[in-house]
Amino acid sequence: MVSTSSTTGSQGSTTGSNDDMYAGASDTTEGRVFTVTGQDWDSLVESIGGDAGADERIVVNMGPQHPSTHGVLRLILELEGETVTEARCGIGYLHTGIEKNMEFRSWVQGVTFCTRMDYLAPFHNELTYCLGVERLLDIEDQIPEKANVMRVLLSELNRISSHLVAIATGGMEIGALTVMTIGFRERELVLDLFELITGLRMNHAFFRPGGVAQDLPPGALDEIRDFVALMKKRLPEYADLCNANPIFKARLENVGHLDLAGCLALGITGPVLRSTGYAWDLRKTQPYSGYEDYDFDVQTWDTSDSYGRFRIRLNEMWESLKIIEQAADRLAGLEGAPVMIADKKIAWPSQLAIGSDGMGNSLDHIRHIMGESMEALIHHFKLVTEGFRVPPGQAYVPVESPRGELGAHVVSDGGTKPFRAHFRDPSFTNLQATSVMSEGGMVADVIVAIASIDPVMGGVDR
Amino acid sequence: MSDEKQDKQVEQPAVEQSPENVPAPVGEVETVGRRTGMFGVTGTGDTSGYGGLVAPIAYPPAARRPFGGWFDTVADGLDGLIEKVVIHRGEITFHIHRDNLTVVAQKLRDDPTLRFELCSGVSGVHYPDDHGRELHAVYHLLSMTWNRRVRLEVSVPDADPHIPSLIATYPTADWHERETWDFFGIIFDGHPALTRIQMPDDWPGHPQRKDYPLGGIPVEYKGATIPPPDQRRSYN
Repeated sequence: MVSTSSTTGSQGSTTGSNDDMYAGASDTTEGRVFTVTGQDWDSLVESIGGDAGADERIVVNMGPQHPSTHGVLRLILELEGETVTEARCGIGYLHTGIEKNMEFRSWVQGVTFCTRMDYLAPFHNELTYCLGVERLLDIEDQIPEKANVMRVLLSELNRISSHLVAIATGGMEIGALTVMTIGFRERELVLDLFELITGLRMNHAFFRPGGVAQDLPPGALDEIRDFVALMKKRLPEYADLCNANPIFKARLENVGHLDLAGCLALGITGPVLRSTGYAWDLRKTQPYSGYEDYDFDVQTWDTSDSYGRFRIRLNEMWESLKIIEQAADRLAGLEGAPVMIADKKIAWPSQLAIGSDGMGNSLDHIRHIMGESMEALIHHFKLVTEGFRVPPGQAYVPVESPRGELGAHVVSDGGTKPFRAHFRDPSFTNLQATSVMSEGGMVADVIVAIASIDPVMGGVDR
Repeated sequence: MSDEKQDKQVEQPAVEQSPENVPAPVGEVETVGRRTGMFGVTGTGDTSGYGGLVAPIAYPPAARRPFGGWFDTVADGLDGLIEKVVIHRGEITFHIHRDNLTVVAQKLRDDPTLRFELCSGVSGVHYPDDHGRELHAVYHLLSMTWNRRVRLEVSVPDADPHIPSLIATYPTADWHERETWDFFGIIFDGHPALTRIQMPDDWPGHPQRKDYPLGGIPVEYKGATIPPPDQRRSYN
């Protein structure tokens, strides 16, 4: 149910339903508060309309629980009729202290935390953190080729699933429910691939400093190729549904306008920046994990509006498919190659395997450490409990996440735990554009503008 | 005994000695605090003796000219405004005094030979052992024109945590500075609305500081009690 409260005028009296234990009237000390929880709208309109100060400004709290604000985003809108005169964001409702928690766990365990931040792009969180740690360890050149290819493959699959959610939820918010259903249908296919490769649909903790946790399972490449073939059939459906749809275009075109100068001033990156026509993509300009070896194009649009951002996301999924195909071809030639760094002081000692009772440490490894080599057991124990030490210093290796520049500022004091890990999340930075994109427009356009930014509150609040 | 060992800190050679990073002479090594013990046990519980280990924490030392490549170009543009330059793992860090920060930012953004158009935000770091400069604000700047990245680091004492705001130059710093204030208590002078952004408005303290506990409650399982992560015995 929509929960909206608005303040008008200057008196302290309160109307509306007051039996909501979480939204008492004591929240504000000025103005009149109307708490809308699904009662008879006529009585509410009457009580507002009967007020002498009705023509004064109305402040509407949209969120933090609202179906069209992409999670727990609170919008504070000052309205004049249907026009938004001022828009501000209230964030922090999903702050979970991930950065602080990481300071109390080992470097490898840090991946388990940061994968949960931007939950629609978990692999990009893991990747930027791992790249930062690897730079501090000075092992960037020692990452096995297969690990790099798998990182690229999973990142691009992740880009597709994230863009699908962006398009799906964006469509749902303007009433295009079919876009939502087909978007989540395809995303499910990507999540199935994630489940096949990492064992989990989200919160993978699959990229580790030094490589990736696990080799590709048998049959994964065939599944990936099937998926690419299927996506090539399905992606045109989105174009057919939306690209020239007059309702869709009317809602998106010239909404949420932000030009290049505005983007740079506000630090906006990703599809929003590329919708101004500027082809800035870290995969091309500052390649990491071997992106320079893949053939793909940076997608741009020149309208600087929500429609352009939608088209960019659509086109980027095609580019991701191209990269996935190339990565799959490479992986076919890398069967049996190592996926973890050769340095035994950093590499996670064990590989998982499917046993009769499910996934666990491989029996070969257990036999080795428990029956054959005392040193291997000590080594395993030390690496798993204590972890490795990272030389003091700081590193920042950003990656191009589906939403823009995602970077981890990793600081080490030479210990076995991160001294500080700060994530520059693109959702957090891009959300600052809400005001400039929506002020002066209609309330309905606020939703479209925010959907075009595609913020993920898990990343915003961390 | 520990005093003797502390005196030996200065003899610790620089950690990083790659060709691109000329080691600082002995005495200029950046040691901040020291690490004691190994397995997190102290007192009579320490039967291994490793609890007596003392090692200095040596951060990458200051680099000297020539820095190499475009590093010199940027350093030339900021001549006289830099406290110290650190080059580590191919990333350059300019340590700036807070009085110069706004000038430096303005120069970095507007000088055609520098052109750092994008500020990737502010990251606070709390070094409780870096006496007199406990709070660091770290800015990552990106030049899209030249495809370069630099890092600015401003250090202020805990007793006087004031840094000028960069909003006038980089409006994107707005939320980032609020976040750094929220988590570290660094006051960004000139910020139009320096309020909490992640924590509730009435939250006491600044949670990301090292002297702020992680929190958590002990977990009891089958009669045994496991303390919260920050009170557990752990490696250090």
